[in-house]
Amino acid sequence: MIEGKPLIDFGWILEHLDDIAESILQHLQLTILPLVAGFFIALILAIWAVRQPRVYGLITAVTGIMYTIPSLAAFAILRPIFGLSLLTALIPLTTYTLLILVRNIVAGFQAVPADVLEAAEGMGYTRRQRLLRVELPLAVPLMLAGVRLASVTTIGLATVAAVLGNSFGGFGQLITEGLQTFFPTKYLLGAALSVVLAFLADALFVQLEKVITPWTQARAGAR
Amino acid sequence: MTGSTSHGAVVQFDHVTKHYAASVAKDGKGVPGAVNDLSLTVPAGKICILVGPSGCGKTTSLKMVNRLIEPTSGKITIDGVDITSRGLTDLRRSIGYVIQQVGLFPHQTIGENVATVPRLLGWPAAKLRSRSEELLALVGLDPAKYRDRYPAQLSGGERQRVGVARALAADPPIMLMDEPFGAVDPIVRDRLQNEFLRLQESIAKTILFVTHDIDEAIKMGDLVAVFQTGGILAQFGTPLDILAAPASDFVARFVGQDRGLKRLSLLRVSDVDLRPPTTGRPGDSAVEARQRAAADKQHYLLLVDDGNRPLGWIAHDDIPSEGVLTEDLANPVSPQVNRRTTLKDALSMMLDADVQTGIVIDRAGAVQGLLTIDAVARKMRDGEHAPPFDLDFGPESGEPADSAESAESHDAVAPGADPR
Repeated sequence: MIEGKPLIDFGWILEHLDDIAESILQHLQLTILPLVAGFFIALILAIWAVRQPRVYGLITAVTGIMYTIPSLAAFAILRPIFGLSLLTALIPLTTYTLLILVRNIVAGFQAVPADVLEAAEGMGYTRRQRLLRVELPLAVPLMLAGVRLASVTTIGLATVAAVLGNSFGGFGQLITEGLQTFFPTKYLLGAALSVVLAFLADALFVQLEKVITPWTQARAGAR
Repeated sequence: MTGSTSHGAVVQFDHVTKHYAASVAKDGKGVPGAVNDLSLTVPAGKICILVGPSGCGKTTSLKMVNRLIEPTSGKITIDGVDITSRGLTDLRRSIGYVIQQVGLFPHQTIGENVATVPRLLGWPAAKLRSRSEELLALVGLDPAKYRDRYPAQLSGGERQRVGVARALAADPPIMLMDEPFGAVDPIVRDRLQNEFLRLQESIAKTILFVTHDIDEAIKMGDLVAVFQTGGILAQFGTPLDILAAPASDFVARFVGQDRGLKRLSLLRVSDVDLRPPTTGRPGDSAVEARQRAAADKQHYLLLVDDGNRPLGWIAHDDIPSEGVLTEDLANPVSPQVNRRTTLKDALSMMLDADVQTGIVIDRAGAVQGLLTIDAVARKMRDGEHAPPFDLDFGPESGEPADSAESAESHDAVAPGADPR
C-alpha cells in the first residue's frame, strides 16, 4: 500500500461506474444460470429419488463427490474440453448446487403430510395432479430454503470463475485485478459487492417465500 | 338448502378377501388388517359402522371401496356395478372420503379445499365458489368468515367439519369415513356426531364409517358390522339387535357388560307402551274421584289442570269423602319426560326421584301417558332373542275394561297409575 493514498479511491469508483455495473451483471449471470439449471436438474433427480428411494443414496453419493471437487480443479479439468468459456465456468457452478438442492427438495417432498397425500389419492387426484397441485406447492418452503443456501454458495464460488477469462468474470475479476495491480479500491469493492449480493439474495428468497407460501404465514396469525 | 340431489347407493361386499404376505409392512405402520371372506350389503342411504379392535380389517374393508386397497379376491359393487369396471379416478371422485387426520391441503384456503373434487371434475369457477360456500354453511361454518382462511388457522373440530364439507362437495352417493371424529376431544366429538346425524337426515348418503369405539358405533349406526381380529365379520345388524343378542362371546365382550344400559340409551320413551293414567281436576267431586281412584290399579289419581298438564298425585286414601278436589291435596309430581327422552335418561330420573312411574308429556306439557319401570323392563325383555317362557304382563289385561269409564274426561286417559 502506498503511503498517503486513501484506502478507497472514490474518484476511481465514480469514473468506472459502467465497468462496475458490467461486473455486477456478469456476476448475476454466473449465479443465476447455474442456480436455474441446477434447480431443474435437482428437481428431476429429487422426484426420481422420492419415487424410488433406492436411487436416493446413489444420487446423494454422486452429487456429494461432485461437491468435493475443488472449483479450480474442476475448471482445469473442463478447460481442455470447453476452453476458456463461460460454459467451463457454469458447469462446475451448476453441479455444486445439486447436492444442496436435491437434499432440500427431497426433504420438501418428504415433509408433505401422509394424511394430505392419502386424502388427495382418495379424492381422485391422478398421480400427476397430486404431484403438481399438492406435493410441489407443499415442498416449496424447504425447496426455497435450499435455493437460498445454494444461491449464497454460488455467489461466493462464482468469484473463482474469474480465472477463466475477463469477459464474464464478475466480482472475481475485480478482486483478481485489484490484487494483481495492488489497487485496494478494486479488490475491496469486488469483495464488498459479493457480500452485499449474497445478503440481497438471501433477503430476496426470504421475501419470496412469504409471498408464494402465504399459508405458512397464516400459522403465526392463527386464532 | 343442501342442493343435494344424489341420495345413497347400495354398497355390496361379495366374498371379499384381502391377504397380506407376512413380509408386508407398509411405511413402518405395521401390517394392515386382513379381511376374510366378507359379504355384506349396505342399503342405500344408511349409515353402516365398521367397528372392531385394531387390526381387524375394518379400515382395509373401507379402503377397498375406493380402491386405495385392492382385494385379493371377491368383488365390491355399487348399485350392482362392479367397482373395478370404472376408471379409478372417476370412482374416487364419486365417493366422499373423510379421514381421521382430515388431510386438508395446508396451502389452500378453506374455500378451495372444500371445492377440491368439483375442481377436479372441471366445474366453472363461479360454481366452485357458490358450492363451497353452500357446503360451509351446511356444516355450520360461516362462509364469509372461514372461506379465505387456511387450515392452520382452524381448530380441530372446525377442520373436521371442513373435511366433511369437502367430502360432500360433488354430492357423492357414498361417503367413506375413517374414524372421522377420532382426533377431537370428547365434547367436540359428541357435537360433531350429533350435527352429522342431523345432516344425514337431509342428505341421506350411504355411509361406511370406521371406528374402534363401540359407543360411537351404537350412536351413529343404522347398521353395525362388528369385526374381529383376522378380518372376520363377527356380527352384522342394527345396534339394538347386536346389543340385545350378541352373536358370540367375542361380540358380547366387545359391546361390553353394560350393553343393557347401552340399549336403554338407544331406546326412547316412544318405543315403550305407555299406560293411561287415572286423572282428576281441581273442582271435581271428591266422591266421584274416590271411586275413580279406587278403580285405579295403584289407587292413585293424577291431578291435572285445564290444559291437561300434571299438577300432582293424590292417593286414594287422601281423597276427602266429601267436597271437591283441590290442588293442595296433590303430592309433587313424578319426573316428567317426553317421547324423545331416552329410556336411560328416563330411568335415571325415576331412580333419582325414587319412583316407579314417570309422566310423559307433550310439547305443551299435557299428559300423554305414564312410563313405568315394568314397561321398560318388558321392552328390554322383548328385544332379547326369544323369551325363555311366556311372560304374563298383567297390567295390560286390565285396561280395556277401565278405558270407557274415563272417556268422559280428557283424551283417552284411563286409570292405571302406580306412582309410588
